[in-house]
Amino acid sequence: MMMTEENEVESTLSVCGHNIQIAEVLKDGEMLSFLIVSQKLSGTGEYHVHRNYDDFEWLQHNLFCQEDVAGIQGVIFPPLPAKAQVNTAAKVMKQLGFLSLGEWQPYCKALEVFLQQVAAHSILSKNKAVEVFLTNPDSPGKQKVKKNIFNRLSQAVDGMRKEGHKDVDDFFQTARDHNLVLTNCTKTVTEKLLEVVQTEQKIAVACGHFSAALLLCVEPGDDPNKQAFSKVCVKLSEVFESMKKSTTGVSENDVSTMGLGLDLESRYQEAIKEMLFRRTCKLVELEHARRNAEKAKPVKKAAMEELRKAAETEFEDISRVAKEEITRFEAVRVKMLQQAMVQWCEKQLLTAKECADQFTQHLEVFRGMNFK
Amino acid sequence: ILLSDGPSPAITPITPPTSVIAPLFIDTLCLDKCTTLREEVDDSFDINISVSDPEKVGDGMNAYMAYKVTTKTSMSLFKQREFSVKRRFSDFLGLHSKLASKYLHVGYIVPPAPEKSIVGMTKVKVGKEDQSSNEFVEKRRSALERYLMRTVKHHILLKDPDVLQFLESSELPRAVSTQALSSAGLLRMVNKAADAVNKMTIKMNESDAWFEEKQQHFESLDVQLRKLHISVESLVCHRKELSVNTAQFAKSAAMLGNSEDHTALSRALSQLAEVEEKMDQLHQDQANADFYLFSELLGDYVRLLAAVKGVFDHRIKTWQKWQDSQILLQKKREAEAKLQFTNKSDKLQQAKDEIKDMEGRVQQDERDFEQISRTIRKEVGRFEKERVKDFKTSIIKYLESLVLTQQQVIKSYFTFRYVTASV
Repeated sequence: MMMTEENEVESTLSVCGHNIQIAEVLKDGEMLSFLIVSQKLSGTGEYHVHRNYDDFEWLQHNLFCQEDVAGIQGVIFPPLPAKAQVNTAAKVMKQLGFLSLGEWQPYCKALEVFLQQVAAHSILSKNKAVEVFLTNPDSPGKQKVKKNIFNRLSQAVDGMRKEGHKDVDDFFQTARDHNLVLTNCTKTVTEKLLEVVQTEQKIAVACGHFSAALLLCVEPGDDPNKQAFSKVCVKLSEVFESMKKSTTGVSENDVSTMGLGLDLESRYQEAIKEMLFRRTCKLVELEHARRNAEKAKPVKKAAMEELRKAAETEFEDISRVAKEEITRFEAVRVKMLQQAMVQWCEKQLLTAKECADQFTQHLEVFRGMNFK
Repeated sequence: ILLSDGPSPAITPITPPTSVIAPLFIDTLCLDKCTTLREEVDDSFDINISVSDPEKVGDGMNAYMAYKVTTKTSMSLFKQREFSVKRRFSDFLGLHSKLASKYLHVGYIVPPAPEKSIVGMTKVKVGKEDQSSNEFVEKRRSALERYLMRTVKHHILLKDPDVLQFLESSELPRAVSTQALSSAGLLRMVNKAADAVNKMTIKMNESDAWFEEKQQHFESLDVQLRKLHISVESLVCHRKELSVNTAQFAKSAAMLGNSEDHTALSRALSQLAEVEEKMDQLHQDQANADFYLFSELLGDYVRLLAAVKGVFDHRIKTWQKWQDSQILLQKKREAEAKLQFTNKSDKLQQAKDEIKDMEGRVQQDERDFEQISRTIRKEVGRFEKERVKDFKTSIIKYLESLVLTQQQVIKSYFTFRYVTASV
């Protein structure tokens, strides 16, 4: 029995939305298990619950299936990252990109943002499933998740044709055109940064190898020239260890700030694309209904009129919600990206300073080496 | 790809004119006890050579690169304090060929000349003015400079008339057979000598453990250096890859910035693109530092070790020559003894004369062997000392470049921080 059928439509969240945390991630065989901590709104106290990816999917499904909420299809649903295939490194990289790096920290951060955005959403936070997800000690259970009823762009018949359908509203035509460009650009930037990160990792490994190989050049014996050369090799080995450390740091910074930020932005652009497509489909449906109503024979006329009216109401609701969502989201997204870039800059600055200090120290060591 | 040098010359070193070499040998014999004095003389070594201004001369397949060789020195050995000449690659090979033929077989570690490269030079000749042929010319220019500095740092080679002529003389006779001793040729020659030595079933009775230990040590050093060289080449490769990827990232960030409506965000993204373009440049600089300060240094030492191996093998051949003379002397003595019991007085006298000659030769061969052993000991000591200096110098340059790079990185991020703060 689906939990959704027992849901009340409206409820208020008893926890604070903006500081929901994923405090811990544990590997449980092939699955990841997350410890979610949220603060009670009344008084002090926290909720600690354990959830796995199936639970997140259950939550998302419940949010999608709110047919009775007017204009629900106009909502920009916070995107849920894909399920992590824990034990296959190559597959998971292809699937999750940046989220597969950094020991699942970026992945947890992405899930955290998902929950925070859901809890902060005026429509979505009212769904009881959110409360259950965050506060119920038991897992929502391994309930079979029904296939998404929404017209997913990728699954839609005539997807391409419908996507290109001319809009009746300039605001939305602009939004669609703009979204198309942004989606592609963001995807490219994210891919390119990922390639940079992968090369940085290769460099760190190469530095490690060089550092280790240098230690093999140490020559035993009392000969002062041999001792001098050995010292040079040992100290140079330390230089490359420093280089390995700093390159690793740079790469981690790229992943945890800019990479995560771009990944988030990328998935949000996709979510907007999905929403706009849903509205476009409704537009097509509406125009279809209008034509049917016009052409209908007197016998069918009333019924067709009913259908037309319903389609118009739905379309208006969706457009209203969509407009609010787009406006609201624009502010959120600019803030998110700015934050990502600022954090990236701060972290890289710190790493660069540490690196400069280390290299300066090494330089002093070498300058001070005097050999007879 | 190395030029096939054709059949290697027979391993008969050209005896240098005694007027040139003999005084030097006497020099080393007399000053043997005064090694400290010699080293002090070395410390006042003041000469700097730079190779610059590569210039293409001629057209098509007959074209060649001419390099300017500038010497700055206060040493009285030279006629002027600062002077320049124009030289081409084959001139360098010719110089090395002469030095190798004069000094290798008596135990001096003659620095090997830079490698030939058909592919590299053909591109240049054909007139391709692209990045890879510019890189090739720069790589070669640097190698030629290092080669000359290493050569003049050797106190014996510095005084060689061929070296002086190379540096000073405005006209140089064309080097005829430069196939003789390029690095690859040298290595082949060394390997042939080694094979020849190994084929002789007589193993050298090494009375001096120092040589055995040193030989083993150099063999293992060779292995280590090659490993290091491969390691650094991989690092250089990745660094270049990072430069390319960073440039692409910069471009994509610029495109995103252009598509962005929000003015401040757009500006921040454009600034990000600029920062990353700067990073690209820094990565390229870093790759060059990795390459010239380490990869080339390690490559030079791998080739130098081949020359070191060469002198060790020459010592074995010198020992063998001495042994052969002793055997021959023994045979002649036995022959003379037999003749004692015959009545061929004139043959007996001839035999006695031959023995006298042979005894002389044996003594000379023994002196040669002792001489080359002494020379090698000193050369190895010099090599090991130079090695430390060389590495230390390169490493300091490298660290200086690293610190500079990091400072530029910091500056870039500061600018970026300033711009994004206004978003």
